Amino acid sequence: MAAPVREPLTVVRGDLSHQLRATWVVCRRELLRFGKDKARMLTMLLQPLLFIFVMGTGLGSIVDTGGGTDFRTFLFPGVLATSVLFTAAFSGISLVWDREFGFLREMMVAPISRSSIIWGKCLGGAIVATGQSLILLALIGTVGIPYSPVLLVQLVGCLFLGSLLLTALGVLLSTRIKTIQAAMPISQMLIMPMMFLSGSLFPVSGLPDWLAVLTKLNPLTYVVQPMRHLVLEQLSLTDVERERLLPVITWFGWSVPVGVQLIAVGAITLALVALAARTFRTVE
Amino acid sequence: MPNTVREPAISVGGLTKSYGRGDQLIEAVKGIDLSVEAGQTYGFLGPNGAGKSTTIEMLCTIRNPTSGSARVAGYDVVEERDEVRRRIGLVFQQQTLDQQLTAQQNLRFHADLYGLARGDADRRIDEVLDMVALSDRRGDEVQKFSGGMKRRLEIARGLVHSPQVLFLDEPTIGLDPQTRRAIWDYLHDLRRRTEITVFVTTHYMDEAEHCDRIAIMDNGEIVVEDTPEALKSSVGTDRIALRTDDDELTIGRLRERLGIEAAMHEGQVTLAVAEGAQVVPRLFTELDTVIQSVTVTRPSLDDVFMAYTGRTIRDSEGPQSMAAVFAGRR
Ligand SMILES: Nc1ncnc2c1ncn2[C@@H]1O[C@H](COP(=O)(O)OP(=O)(O)OP(=O)(O)O)[C@@H](O)[C@H]1O
Ligand SMILES: [Mg+2]
Repeated sequence: MAAPVREPLTVVRGDLSHQLRATWVVCRRELLRFGKDKARMLTMLLQPLLFIFVMGTGLGSIVDTGGGTDFRTFLFPGVLATSVLFTAAFSGISLVWDREFGFLREMMVAPISRSSIIWGKCLGGAIVATGQSLILLALIGTVGIPYSPVLLVQLVGCLFLGSLLLTALGVLLSTRIKTIQAAMPISQMLIMPMMFLSGSLFPVSGLPDWLAVLTKLNPLTYVVQPMRHLVLEQLSLTDVERERLLPVITWFGWSVPVGVQLIAVGAITLALVALAARTFRTVE
Repeated sequence: MPNTVREPAISVGGLTKSYGRGDQLIEAVKGIDLSVEAGQTYGFLGPNGAGKSTTIEMLCTIRNPTSGSARVAGYDVVEERDEVRRRIGLVFQQQTLDQQLTAQQNLRFHADLYGLARGDADRRIDEVLDMVALSDRRGDEVQKFSGGMKRRLEIARGLVHSPQVLFLDEPTIGLDPQTRRAIWDYLHDLRRRTEITVFVTTHYMDEAEHCDRIAIMDNGEIVVEDTPEALKSSVGTDRIALRTDDDELTIGRLRERLGIEAAMHEGQVTLAVAEGAQVVPRLFTELDTVIQSVTVTRPSLDDVFMAYTGRTIRDSEGPQSMAAVFAGRR
């Protein structure tokens, strides 16, 4: 039989360190679960590959980039961003499954804050999504971009920031969605428009006004554009190409620098997490 | 807290909970009061929809009460939520394990969430796995476990952080009799070795016998609360059945010497008394007849439930009613 229980146990004190540890364990659980799901890891890679090598090659022959740039080179950063879109958003929405299978309760009754749970979910989802995109990133040479360490690190940074935002969006949705049946269609309804309205698959230059507005409202746009800048700046573009492939994004006439776009992504993420924590508190 | 008079582990005053509003208003808990001493095992009995889970959820800080107050382990469940949470262990009516993780990983996750130091966590995980006899399955994914094993693991998990109060919502529902017994064995063992207070809800009347005190809840109210013994005495008499060498003589002497009327029933001398345990010794000293066997039958908790709610617990649970079986009992 077990030895008598000795009380009290040494509990790690300091609320912040406890909350951070809670965030880390929730995050680690995401990684553990993803690690067990090899099939998901592979299927998630199929779609981006089709986009780049099948659609990119097919359309490449009719799309005029305005210079010598391969259409697939243009497409590559956009597809990288969409690949994290799927994985990250689903990681966030998996909170609906956690609720359905009861595990959410185990987390909710622990002496930790809701924000710790949400941050853990978000970090876990972001690490998983970014990790997965590294496989795609390894193929960057096949579309004519040099393997520059600085570029790769910058791209990974953007992908991580983007994944964090998308997981947070998934988590926010899942605080509202109560059933698994509803989760799938609702997430499709979110993911598809986000993918098409981000300029990931076509340039946002010369779009009709309504489409341009929707694109600017889509946070994914601000993940795609900076990455595309980073990638295309490796090449020497003609002026026509620069105008077509790297259009300037403006807010009320102000052309938004790439750095500000990334800051916006971070700010939106913080807002989404705060909102999710609040709905969580009032709804559960 | 330590050297003063001990505060009850759980104290509840005027606790209510309503769901919905307007026409849809459901008063799930209608103003209950109760107090559970530290170290006791307290049973909460009631049919489906009585409000047991709702009560437990309020005590565990998952739901806010509509009105009233509750203190658990010395802290207010609304005002000092995290303090309560650190000191309680929970086993819910529904499963709350991560099926894709191993038993060990589930326990580790719990230890981390409750902020246990590394060394303590390892030691406690070993202890609780040992206690529920799952040590050899610790590396298996939970989805490969049977229902009973999952339940045992959940109980183990609820104990990892050495709570002062353990809440169990129907821990044995749907389990086979052996597993049910095993689970009660763990709980008894736990109580022998620690000061833990156990608050448990159940449908099974026989399990209430394991508790120090029980409350019967019906329709959101506590209809009666006492020790199982006192409740049983309150609803009826004990029955003594005797096998003797000379039944006629025994019946005669029972009347003359003890003033008790007895009759033959199923081939035995049968008598009804308030306290069987007090009468039996007198039978041997005062009757002067040869007694071969004595059987004392006490009223069951089913009888208690029947007396206070007007139906058996199974009656209130719809189609698979076993009422007939119980009706013929006494
Ligand atoms: N989330 C909820 N929303 C609305 N009504 C609820 C909710 N949870 C419980 N109820 C209602 O409250 C009442 C008490 O339910 P509760 O789950 O506390 O009963 P119980 O005694 O645990 O029953 P059981 O033995 O079936 O577990 C029931 O009438 C139930 O329909
Ligand atoms: Mg219940």
